[in-house]
Amino acid sequence: MALIRWTPGLMGWERDPFSELERMRREMDRLMSAFFPAAAIGRAAGVFPAVNISEDANNIYVRAELPGIKAEDIEISIEDNSLIIKGERKIPEEGENVTYHRREREGGIFRRIISLPAKIDAEKVTATSKNGVLEIVLPKAAEAKPRQIEVKAA
Amino acid sequence: MAEKEMQVKEKAQVTTEGEQLKEGPVFLPSVDIFESPEAITIVADLPGVSPEKLNIDLKDNELTIEGEVDYNIGKDEKFLLKEYEIGKYYRKFALSNVIDQSKISATMTDGVLRLVLPKVEAVKPRKIEVKAA
Repeated sequence: MALIRWTPGLMGWERDPFSELERMRREMDRLMSAFFPAAAIGRAAGVFPAVNISEDANNIYVRAELPGIKAEDIEISIEDNSLIIKGERKIPEEGENVTYHRREREGGIFRRIISLPAKIDAEKVTATSKNGVLEIVLPKAAEAKPRQIEVKAA
Repeated sequence: MAEKEMQVKEKAQVTTEGEQLKEGPVFLPSVDIFESPEAITIVADLPGVSPEKLNIDLKDNELTIEGEVDYNIGKDEKFLLKEYEIGKYYRKFALSNVIDQSKISATMTDGVLRLVLPKVEAVKPRKIEVKAA
């Protein structure tokens, strides 16, 4: 027989319907991630630009797709342990005598702050832009790097 | 006027009529298409596609843009956050025969493709003068 936690009320949700919804959301997330492993990583912040963050033993990598934005139009700064990306995407005017069939590309300003998951060495951060993809490499501070501890035979 | 702030746009995935032989998602690039009296220009966002990995094909008035993204992710990297997916780009356009297919030119800068499709001499609009009788 399955054991069910006792909760007051008929189904337990009279107490706090929102916590019940939250629990259902978490359950859905868990189910989704079982089928689509990629969706399990992080929760999109909904702020432009969308970023992918990864890490290895030495660095944290932040990548963003910023097509048509020149490197000099992107401003990157580090504050405490946050990374700030600011900039503007300019869509040049194509002249007065043109007519549009499609206009899907958008321009505008953007600013995003990202809390970094580990202490980094702000002096050694590098950023490169290639084919419209920005890559920021943030070396981890010495104390944040994993240390291998050797076990000596007594 | 206040400056417009950019919004995150989910990449549109292609639901192709043909079967994809390669694994991985395929996305529709965002495009601007505009026309001047001399030419039709297509501007497409293809972030991560190098000019060598871009294929532009023109056959029977059908223009296909296909781009593969260069992955340069280290093999020890673990993802902490994934807000966008990486995949191929694919989009097809039907051209009318007003295009002079021999004079099409393409340039690629910072992940943005610019395709200029000049019109044939005969279809360039002509002003017709109305003479007073």
